[in-house]
Formats: sequence, C-alpha cells, structure tokens
Amino acid sequence: MLDFMDTIPVGPAVKSATEWIQDTFAFLFDPIKNQFGDFMDWTAEKLAELPPILVILLVAVLAFFITGKRIGLPIFSIVGLWFVYNQGLWEQLMQTFSLVLISSLLSVIIGVPFGILMSKSKTAETIITPILDFMQTMPAFVYLIPAVVFFGIGMVPGIFASLIFATPPTVRFTNLGIRQVSKELVEAADAFGTTGSQKLFKVELPMAKSTIMAGINQTVMLSLSMVVIASMIGAPGLGREVLSSLQRSQIGPGFVAGIGIVILAIIIDRFTQSLNKKQVN
Amino acid sequence: MPVISVKDLSKVFGKNTKEALKLLEQGKSKEEILKQTGSTVGVNRSSFDVEEGEIFVIMGLSGSGKSTLVRLLNRLIEPTEGSVLVDGENLSTMNKEDLRRVRREKMSMVFQKFALFPHRSIMENAEFGLEIQGMDKEKRSKKARESLELVGLGEYIHQYPSQLSGGMQQRVGLARALANDPEVLLMDEAFSALDPLIRKDMQDELLDLQETMKKTIIFITHDLDEALRIGDRIALMKDGSIVQIGTPEEILVNPANDYVERFVEDVDRSKVLTAEHIMKRPETINIEKHGPRVALERMKEEGLSSIYVTDGKRNLKGYVTADDASDARKNEVRDLNQILKTDVPTVSRETSMHEIFEIIHNSPVPIAVVDEGKLVGIIVRGAVIAGLVGESEVNEDHA
Repeated sequence: MLDFMDTIPVGPAVKSATEWIQDTFAFLFDPIKNQFGDFMDWTAEKLAELPPILVILLVAVLAFFITGKRIGLPIFSIVGLWFVYNQGLWEQLMQTFSLVLISSLLSVIIGVPFGILMSKSKTAETIITPILDFMQTMPAFVYLIPAVVFFGIGMVPGIFASLIFATPPTVRFTNLGIRQVSKELVEAADAFGTTGSQKLFKVELPMAKSTIMAGINQTVMLSLSMVVIASMIGAPGLGREVLSSLQRSQIGPGFVAGIGIVILAIIIDRFTQSLNKKQVN
Repeated sequence: MPVISVKDLSKVFGKNTKEALKLLEQGKSKEEILKQTGSTVGVNRSSFDVEEGEIFVIMGLSGSGKSTLVRLLNRLIEPTEGSVLVDGENLSTMNKEDLRRVRREKMSMVFQKFALFPHRSIMENAEFGLEIQGMDKEKRSKKARESLELVGLGEYIHQYPSQLSGGMQQRVGLARALANDPEVLLMDEAFSALDPLIRKDMQDELLDLQETMKKTIIFITHDLDEALRIGDRIALMKDGSIVQIGTPEEILVNPANDYVERFVEDVDRSKVLTAEHIMKRPETINIEKHGPRVALERMKEEGLSSIYVTDGKRNLKGYVTADDASDARKNEVRDLNQILKTDVPTVSRETSMHEIFEIIHNSPVPIAVVDEGKLVGIIVRGAVIAGLVGESEVNEDHA
C-alpha cells in the first residue's frame, strides 16, 4: 500500500548537488582551503609559540580586571591552565583555542548582520527562522561530510562545520534583542528624525547589546562543543586527544584531555559573561 | 497662517481601509464599521488649525484616538486619508527625506513614559536630536546644557535616566525636545505618568516656560483639569472624532453635546464643592467634664487616633492624640489641658475643596470646620477624595 512509488532519490540528489557545488565553486573553495588553512595554522602556531607562563599570567590579569577585580577567576585560570601545561597538552590547548576563537569571530561577523536583517524584515524572519531550526537540529556529524568534500581535512572543515552549528544563537538573539527594544524608544528615535542606520547604531544595537552578548556566549560555547566532533575530520587540538583515547579505550588520557576542554570552556564562558555584565552597567 | 493645519484626517487600522472610509463617509459608527469590515477607526475625519504660540490641547478618554492623532501629526503613524500641513507643507505626502527634515527642525515630541535612552547620560539624551542632525560635539553640548538648565537640571548632566525620579526624567524629555529649538512641541500625555503634585508643578513650569518661549504646543491629555489649566484651546475627542473645539470657557459654558456636558459637570462639582459639603459630624470630648481616660476610651470606641476637644458650648479648644492620652493615663495626669494640642488645621464652611486639598495634605489629623469659633464638622481624607469623584452622599450624616 505504502510502496506505491520507488524510493525518492533524495540522497543521490544531495550527493550530485554537493558534487556540482564542489566542481563549480572549486575556484572559491581551494583558495579558502589553502590560504585560510595556512592562516589558521599560523595562528595556532604563533599562539603555541608564546611562552606559556606569559599566556597564563596575561589571562589571569585580564580575568582580574574583567570580573571587576575579583580574585576567583584569576586563580582558577592560573591553576587550570597550569594543569593543562603540566599534562603536556599546551599545544593542543592553543590549537583548540584558535579554532574556537576564529570560528566564533566568524559566527559573530556573519550572525549579527543576519540577525539585524531578520529584525527589520518580516519576510527575512519567515525565511531565516526555519533555516536556523534546520541548522541547529540536524546532527552535527552530518555537517562533517560536506565539510570534508569542500575543504579536505584539518582545521578549515572544522571551522566550516562549527560555523553552521554555532551561528544560529547569535542570529536569533540579535533578532530578539532588537525586536525587544521598547516601541516608545523606537518612536522617540523616529520622532527626532533618525535615518535607519542612526536608529540602528545609536538606539537599537546599544539597547540590544546584552541580549546579543548572551547569544554570542552561546555561540562560543557551541563552537567549543564542536571541537571534539571536528576532530573526527582531522581538526587538531584537545578534541583529537579525546578521540584517539576513545579509539584506543584509554580512559586516563581521554579524561585528562576532557578536563582540559572543561577548563577552557569555563574560562571562555566567564570571560564572555563578564563582558556582558560590564556593558549592562 | 496657522502653523499646523489638519484637514479631514483619518486613520483606519486594518486591511479593509477603503471600505471603512466609505462607511465613515456614510456616517456609520465605529462599532458598525468594525463589525462590517473588521477595521478599527483610529481617527475620523478630523480638521483643526493650530495657531502660532498657542497651547492646543487634545483631550479625550483612553481609546478616543488622541494618541493616534498626535502620531499622525508627525507621521509616526501613516494617515489613511487627509492632510497635515506644517507651515504650508503637506506632511502626509512628502518623501522620507523631507519628513526627516521636518521632524528634525520643526517638531519635537515628548512621550508619556519619557522614552529616554537608558544607555545615554542625561546630557547625551538631551543632545540626541542635535547629534542626529550632525551638529558638532561642542555646539550641541552647549545647546543641550542650556536646555537642561532651562528645565532646572543643570546639575544632573552626568547622571543616567534610571538615577532620576519620574518628574526629573520627564524634564529631561522636555529638555531633549527643546534642545532642537522646534517650532512645534508635541506632548503625548507628557505628565500623565507623574504623581498629582509633581504633575501640577510640571504644568506650572510648562506655562512659565511658554511665557518666554512662545512655542506652538500640542498637548494630549485624558485629564480635563489639566486641559483646562494649560490649554489656550481644547479639542475634545470621542471615538476618533473631534466633538468640540474651543477655549476652556467656551467648553465649560457651551458644551456642544451631552458627552461634553458630562465632563463639564465633573469639573463644576470639584470647583463648587466646599468644606460644608464634605465635612462630617465630629467626635468630641468636653474639656470641662472629661479627662484623658474618657478621651482614650472614646477614641478606642470610634477607632480614632486623635479626638477634638471643645468646651461646653462647642467652642474648639484643640485636640488630643491617643498616644498622649495613654501616656497621661499612665502618669496619672487628670487635666486634659496638659496634653492638649492647639495647632489645629481649621477651615470655614465656605473653604473650597482646592484649598482643603493643600491643607489636608500636610495635616496629621482631620481638618476642623469652624463657624465663629464653634466646631461644626471635621473633614477626613476619604471625604475629600469621595467628593472629588462626585459621590454627593458623603455628607448625609453631617450634623
């Protein structure tokens, strides 16, 4: 009864579409793969070359000022980062950090403008919302496949997959933040004769800032969570340690690398949250 | 030439605006149109002129369309039909750029809930309109400071809106609007969110400012007292239509229809009522016969915290408080004179309610109504409020 027609060839269609994209946009993908890949490697290398003691101290000092001269986060940073160093995972930590840093930056650069677009246009919102739902609910592993097809293996496809997975919160929260600006304030801005961009930059974005920052915090956390998954396609860093421990059933090293990710996550999370709190006041 | 000339201005909210307009022409009511087309009439074919330098009050209850009307004047809401001429330029058909120019140079708006930008300091708020126009920093700071000083906030320029009280916030709103030096000031229920006393201060201040500024002010309010106080002319709105336009006197003396008359009645009541109408029979004790013990018991019976004291001929002597009386009883004081307080707030039978308001505001005890030295009644706060609302039965138990 249900077999009234053959399997609809969705899979093959996606496959041929992907191949078509790969061939057609090779001129685009190849330079990204090569030059952006070089840039990524360079960033990770430079970060790893910095003397660890300097990095640890720098993070601690920043933490001290960013949390309003409180002592908790600086101490945690010193102890946590030293522990990672002590376990011989410093280079991996820096690789992971550069991956998270670059992919979050890109997510924000792409996400905020889309969020603004959504907040300004009902049509854009109607179109973008289901796409965001799709991006967030599709299992993250699935993104690895086209990422590899387009960009080979390594850091670049990791960032590509992480972008798809981690950008939606920034878009959503930017949209939400701007839509939440009170109607009377928008009216006030209009009544004084603002242009669209004056209204956006002088009223809407400043008012939406804390909401947008909450979205960015989510984005950063999500891109960190992609790190382990992205290691399956050769992204270096702490995730790769976890993966290889998994493959060899070595609980010890796996656990240590996992702890390293947790430490990094806590530090990044507290940093972005404190930035947000500061701007609210 | 009028500064603002409004002609046949209508606003219909909803999808079926054309049909709704047609029905409006046929004289159908707001409800009928809503039923037939699903569209809501915000403003119904309103026309009026506002002359230079006058305070034109648009008055109506909530839902009467007054807030919509004021937003049509600077096109925060797009009109469905009709025209708004500002200095002869038709606002309702001009392009976006011209509209921005008019909003920047000719009209400023003050909002009911102040609409200050919380992320900007008081100074930066006042500068906003000038900043939008691209004026350089030094010049706009100077102007903003001047206009903040005009409203008495020169000291607060580095504070943020959340640090100020409601009254002060609205002064900032006013300063922000004045900094642009507009010809027309649109004030949308500008004082409605303020406490009654502060509201009155602000009204006085606006009138003082107007003495020197001579701006054209369009003031929206739902409060007829406010309208009568500050308006040179008043337009009364009901269901989106203007029912009557006239000076306060014209509206009071010649109400155009029953609806207007009902408002006017309310006003007369509060102006006509005097102490005699709202006082009630006083609980008293006789200083010649009674001591603190009786005073205390009487207060307990009646649930009072103070009681008036008279002599045998009802001549007012003063009052005693429950606290003093109970202290006196403990210390075995027998003579009421020792605890008698004489700083009694008194009024005569003819004192108007407006004066009573101010006296009772500062008084810890009910006001005594005195006729030739004799206590004839007392006035409690509740009675004043009841009198204002128009419950004429408050005096039923007055002796």
